[in-house]
Amino acid sequence: MMGNPVEKITGAVSIRGVGRVYADSAGNPMEALRDVHLDIAPGSFVSFIGPSGCGKTTLMRLIAGLDETASGEITLDGKVIDGTHYERGYVFQQANLFPWMSIRQNIAAGLKARKVYRDCRDKPDEYLRMVGLEDFGRMYPHQVSGGMAQRASLARALINEPKVLMLDEPLGALDAFTRMNLQDELLRLWQLRGTTMILVTHDVDEAIYLSDRIIVMSARPGSIKEIVDIDMEHPRDRSAPEFIRLRSRILEMLHFAGTSRSLEYYL
Amino acid sequence: MSLAGGKLNGSKLTTQAAASKATRGRSVLHQGLLTTLPVLSFGLALALSLTLPGQQEVVLLPYRLLLLALTIVFALRIPAARFSSARWRKAQQDSPFYIAAGLLVALWDLLTTKLNVLPLPFVPGPAQIAGVMVEDAETLLLSTLYSLRLLVIGFLIGSFCGIVLGVLIGWYRKWRYWLFPFIKFMGVVPATALIPIAMILVPSSFYAGVLLIVIAVCFPVAFMTSNGIEGVQNTYFEAARTLGADERYLIFKVAIPGAMPAIFSGIYTATGISFATLVVSEMIGARAGLGWYINWAKGWSNYAKVYASIIIMAITFSIVMAVIFRIRDRVLKWQKGLVK
Repeated sequence: MMGNPVEKITGAVSIRGVGRVYADSAGNPMEALRDVHLDIAPGSFVSFIGPSGCGKTTLMRLIAGLDETASGEITLDGKVIDGTHYERGYVFQQANLFPWMSIRQNIAAGLKARKVYRDCRDKPDEYLRMVGLEDFGRMYPHQVSGGMAQRASLARALINEPKVLMLDEPLGALDAFTRMNLQDELLRLWQLRGTTMILVTHDVDEAIYLSDRIIVMSARPGSIKEIVDIDMEHPRDRSAPEFIRLRSRILEMLHFAGTSRSLEYYL
Repeated sequence: MSLAGGKLNGSKLTTQAAASKATRGRSVLHQGLLTTLPVLSFGLALALSLTLPGQQEVVLLPYRLLLLALTIVFALRIPAARFSSARWRKAQQDSPFYIAAGLLVALWDLLTTKLNVLPLPFVPGPAQIAGVMVEDAETLLLSTLYSLRLLVIGFLIGSFCGIVLGVLIGWYRKWRYWLFPFIKFMGVVPATALIPIAMILVPSSFYAGVLLIVIAVCFPVAFMTSNGIEGVQNTYFEAARTLGADERYLIFKVAIPGAMPAIFSGIYTATGISFATLVVSEMIGARAGLGWYINWAKGWSNYAKVYASIIIMAITFSIVMAVIFRIRDRVLKWQKGLVK
């Protein structure tokens, strides 16, 4: 499983002049995003990294269709995004599984929501196996560990075979070991499926380890500061000189991107 | 959102822990004695009834048979409990309570049937109450069944209406705007206050009773259901939407299941209210049912019958409660450990 993922012609996301203004808690308008332009190649793995308030989650929610764009437009394979669609999957920071459904029912939820479950009753089991949870299908979310819940959450999003999968700090709440484990899992699933992956993370190493491209963002207003392409072969060695060089380069950008905050804040 | 059942379980656990601590140090002889004493205390009550001459005219056989049955049950419990250490511990733990119960019944019998110290007809003896239960068994059974029919029909319709109304209010802004103030305002009025209106609206006393219970149950259930739906985390809806859910899915597979704990706390509240409404409406308007029976017996100053029907009411309502808790535990099994 080396080299580039499977060639794919679908899953191209194009962001054209997107902006969004929020009202903050005091009611003052706050510019979360300003004039963002970006093309995401089909089947690529792109990470957004940047300080809090740089609009990376906002942008993901816009692509998912959970929020509406104020200006500009986002297209998926040429179609303008309007509202949510199962073609654009979303994995949340907390696994966000439905607590009243078993793990298997959670994974099957997408099929049931789309009313196609009757035609593919074995598919949830297949996805349970894919994420190594075949023995935990009957358990409820509160009975499994955070890492397992996040695997289930991944399977739940992937079962709809989305063209794009958004990952909103999916590993942020996990311990370091589980985290590295799941990073490899993500990589494996991506190479297996060729889904376009868009990751939001605070973890520079995670971004370098996984992505083809890293979009470094800056805050107030949220905008793209720099784009870093990564050409290293998978699996990547976290202690390789190039890895370390990239890390310090991106950290430097981030330090510069946030105006007054200390470096540790982003780690 | 822990309901009374959850709290009950919690306290049960602590008393069990305390009990096991207390039993650990006891010798086998002591343990054996402790489990045997209930047999003796109920045996004593039986012996008292059999030997001492009575001063009240009472049918004694049902009472004596009941005591005999209890004595036998407690006697058989000893060898049965010996096979499992948990049951053995439980038998010891329950023992003081049953010893006291047996002695209390014996004392009660002594003060009434035997010595005629307590004033009649207001304080009948246990023998008289047991006698009345057997003598009037048919009427009591019919009354119980009648009350249960009224309760179950009213409760089912009321819960259903409450859930439907609660979902509409919790889900649709417009329904909330127009109906929530009404529910909040009228929800504080006890359904029993509406008895005169119900009797005009519905000519049959049975259906008037049903209507009252429906109203009594509907309000708290609707209120809690709508609150529960509003309380479901938005992220669950977002997750469902990204999975391709339509509104139907969002309502039936996300909003309602997510609101289930709240719905059950509404149902739990409604249960107590529905018991009260049932009894009062039967006392006032009906010609059957346990409420009617109490009122009727009171009219004849037959307090033994009043007590008999109260005891039967306690048993019946406890069973209804237990059934509801059983259903709740099944429906909310995903929640176990999460709450408490």
